[in-house]
Amino acid sequence: MRYQALQTKLWRELWHMRGQVLAIMLVIVGGVSVCVMSLSTYDSLLNTRDTYYREHNFGQVFAKLKRAPGSLMRSITEIPGVALAESRVIAQVNLEVPGFADPVSGLLTSIPDGRQPRINRLYLVSGRLPDHRRDNEILISDAFSEAQRLKAGDSLVAIINGRRRSMAIVGVALSPEYIYQIAPGAIFPDYKRFGVLWMANRPLSAAYDMDGAFNDVVIQLQPGASANGVIDRLDLLLQRYGGRGAYDRDEQFSNMFLKEEFTQLKTMAYLFPTIFLAVAVFLLNVVITRLVSTQRDIIAILKAFGYSNGQVGLHYAQLVMVITVLGILGGFALGIYLGQITTTTYTEYYRFPVLLYTARPLMFLGVGLVTILTALFGTWRAVHIAVKLPPAEAMRPEPPQYYRRSWLETLGLQRWFSPPGKMIVRHMQKKPLKTGLSIIGLSMAGAIMMVGNFQTDAVKMMMHVQFNLAQQQDLEVTLYEPVATSALSSLRAIPGVEYVEGLRKVPIKLHYQHRSFRTSLQGIPADSQLQNVLTTELENIAMPENGLMVVEHLGHKLGFSTGDVVMVESLEGQQRTVPVTVTALSQQYLGVGSYMRRENVNRLMGEGDAVNTVLMSIDPELADLVYQRLKEMPLVASINIRQTVIESFHNTLKQVLLTFTFINAVLGAVIAFGVVYNTVRIALAEHGRELVSMRVLGYTHAEVAYILLGELALMTLISLPLGFLLGTWLCEFMSYNMKSDLFRVPLVLTSYTYAFSALVVIVSALVSGMLVWRRLRTLDLVEVLKTRE
Amino acid sequence: MPPDTSDVVFHAEGITKVYDMGEVQVHALRGVSLDLYRGEFVVMLGASGSGKSTLLNILGGLDTATDGNVTYCGKNLTRASNRELTDYRRHHVGFVFQFYNLIPSLTAEENVAVVTEIADDPMLPAEALELVGLGDRLHHFPAQLSGGQQQRVAIARAIAKRPAVLLCDEPTGALDSTTGVVVLEALRRVNRELNTTVAIITHNAGIAEMADRVIYLIDGQISDIKNNESIKTPSEIVW
Repeated sequence: MRYQALQTKLWRELWHMRGQVLAIMLVIVGGVSVCVMSLSTYDSLLNTRDTYYREHNFGQVFAKLKRAPGSLMRSITEIPGVALAESRVIAQVNLEVPGFADPVSGLLTSIPDGRQPRINRLYLVSGRLPDHRRDNEILISDAFSEAQRLKAGDSLVAIINGRRRSMAIVGVALSPEYIYQIAPGAIFPDYKRFGVLWMANRPLSAAYDMDGAFNDVVIQLQPGASANGVIDRLDLLLQRYGGRGAYDRDEQFSNMFLKEEFTQLKTMAYLFPTIFLAVAVFLLNVVITRLVSTQRDIIAILKAFGYSNGQVGLHYAQLVMVITVLGILGGFALGIYLGQITTTTYTEYYRFPVLLYTARPLMFLGVGLVTILTALFGTWRAVHIAVKLPPAEAMRPEPPQYYRRSWLETLGLQRWFSPPGKMIVRHMQKKPLKTGLSIIGLSMAGAIMMVGNFQTDAVKMMMHVQFNLAQQQDLEVTLYEPVATSALSSLRAIPGVEYVEGLRKVPIKLHYQHRSFRTSLQGIPADSQLQNVLTTELENIAMPENGLMVVEHLGHKLGFSTGDVVMVESLEGQQRTVPVTVTALSQQYLGVGSYMRRENVNRLMGEGDAVNTVLMSIDPELADLVYQRLKEMPLVASINIRQTVIESFHNTLKQVLLTFTFINAVLGAVIAFGVVYNTVRIALAEHGRELVSMRVLGYTHAEVAYILLGELALMTLISLPLGFLLGTWLCEFMSYNMKSDLFRVPLVLTSYTYAFSALVVIVSALVSGMLVWRRLRTLDLVEVLKTRE
Repeated sequence: MPPDTSDVVFHAEGITKVYDMGEVQVHALRGVSLDLYRGEFVVMLGASGSGKSTLLNILGGLDTATDGNVTYCGKNLTRASNRELTDYRRHHVGFVFQFYNLIPSLTAEENVAVVTEIADDPMLPAEALELVGLGDRLHHFPAQLSGGQQQRVAIARAIAKRPAVLLCDEPTGALDSTTGVVVLEALRRVNRELNTTVAIITHNAGIAEMADRVIYLIDGQISDIKNNESIKTPSEIVW
């Protein structure tokens, strides 16, 4: 090998600096692994989803209606742009699972007799398709099957039109249209209490008096056809059959949720690695600059012996490369590992039939290249200095360090500083860029720390607003049909029911100028006790007598504000469109709703005093009895229990968020440690001689450590408020980016979040400080004095 | 100057120092015994490797002897703890080094203050600098001073705590002869005016001519101790 000696020098020096090398490597590993993890998870999920959609013919246009004759399908198929259309019967059903007292609801979806649907094909996990010649065979969704431990061969009871019917489970399936399964009216998935079921068309139609008719259509478009054009024609066709407004994939619930989640994942994939890389580059710069300045004489000798500028430059660049490449490889390995874990988690969470972990070579190439280029860019100056140094000049010691009084002292504060105090301030001021970057690095560590806790607090806040401020009921009962308020008396009569109030919910389309949005309109009784409406300041207000109250997010989305007139198009019944004035905007973090007095909704619908959703307070002692009685009532479509919704939230999200907070804490600590340790090690290298001189002059170990650690403490102290500021921005950025129609994440920053972030930074600083404290003890007093700097 | 035994500052008896260098043991000092007296100006002369620096380090409390006894004004330094040695350096000895070892981020006055702030009965920093002829350089940073000036700041720093002993390790080693003379004059003045015991180690035989006593070291042992009959002033020394 040609440069054997230089190679040996390279490896020896790397070994000698192993502490610092490791600290930098860890930061690079952190950045690269988060990047690989997020990007590969994102790619994998996207790939898995698209493959799933494609192979199972996921629909492109969807429409629900009240009831239309099967013959209408011919007209639908003839709409220009439609490639394939399939009709279905979908019904909400109450279920009884043996050995489980809570109410369970299901969505019964028909599939063609004796075959797979052509659109939204099912993936059979186990068992077989239901036989259309039998009345009681069903397939159940995989998630429900797992949560309730039900499998092919088991049975459950469905309450169809008030009659209890035993259903035989013949298989377990997955469907691209129910990747995200959620009960109507619920916010989070609860697989124990909600399941998707499939049944052959003939028996299902018969059970619901839908023979020869349908209430749901799915469509596949011809390549290049416009969804909007088809939707308009379809809406016209379905209008007289109680059509509720067709929509495309973008508004399909399960798909919409996936898309939101994927977008967030993508934001994360870029945000955190950027921070990590920035810190790693800064650390590399500091360490290499220091190395070059201590090796001036070596550089001189190398050049004097005839090594070229290029060879010397390459030597130092190799040092950077080795650290970076090791970091990148570590990051790849950890990233793939984490990516597989997260992809598996997501795959299970979303119930994808197959897991396609995709780690594209191009992604690795990209991440690796960006990291290497950034590292080289960051250390370019240091390496350039080494290359440029003429040998004669390099042979001389570095010119003495010029110091001057700090601006703090010029303010007349110098009498407050002891000589060690002055040393601290002047050291920091001597290298403002390095000091500044160290402080910013520490601040970034603190900022990252805040994100995890912020998310947990934000979700707590969302839950608090939803379940403590807005919703007060124990149960929300959805009815099949609107009924007269007088029918509520039968519900009030159930033993254990303490209070009942009826709402009228209507699917609507809000129009403002050229924009429109599908949502639900809730008619709330004037004297509502259980459903509060909150202002944008989260204050509880009485429902305005007239006009419409809309969630602020929707106002922003469509561009209207209080006082504007919007068009409300009901998607149920007579489907009238009427102008309504927006009288107030409301704050709500989950979903996008609009509210009116119930009587106004009834008037809009051209109906009498009708309700289709019932809110209840019940005696918890008698809860099981209440559930039992409700399930037996033919008009009850589904029951949501507030407590179980809250619990299912905890089960679903808490684990995820805690893990996320933990990962953030580890990442933040890695950054903080990397920055602090390197900063203080370099300070030790730069000022070691002075410090030992002071030891010789009679300063104690602690007094000398004070100078070194005082600088560190001061930087840490300055970094804390700056970290709070950066963290707040970061949280604001995330809060803004996670804004969706499904939920908005409020910016909630508690004192705990700040304290925790500060704590991790301080502890990391303390650990580094302790390492350096020990190192300072081992410095040889005599040795340092013998050598010239 | 015939020494009076009651004025003994250092009493060293049979000190040896062995450095364990892995495979080999290096005997830096092999049974050195000597006394240093209050107010005397001693030069320890020896070639490189003669053990003179090791001796100075042991006297100064920077290192401890492997065997033998060293007492400073009756206090035993051989069995002193790390903390006791720090305390000893803090209050009793002044050091001057070949490479000055000033703190670059502090001015001349502040460099002296580093010591006066932790001493019991120090001079004012300005006073100490005046004594070495740098009364007009109080606010200069080391980088703004010449080598000789820097060494004089180091001397001012060493004497500001009014130490009983000033230990100097090749104080002129990094200086040209003209500048060296100015530094030696400062040391002489301190010795005369403050009655501080000054011990200089050097390989420069010329400097020995200004000493009260000269101690010759060869190979870790004292080979000879001479009282100077005629003491020269620094400006008369040639090297």
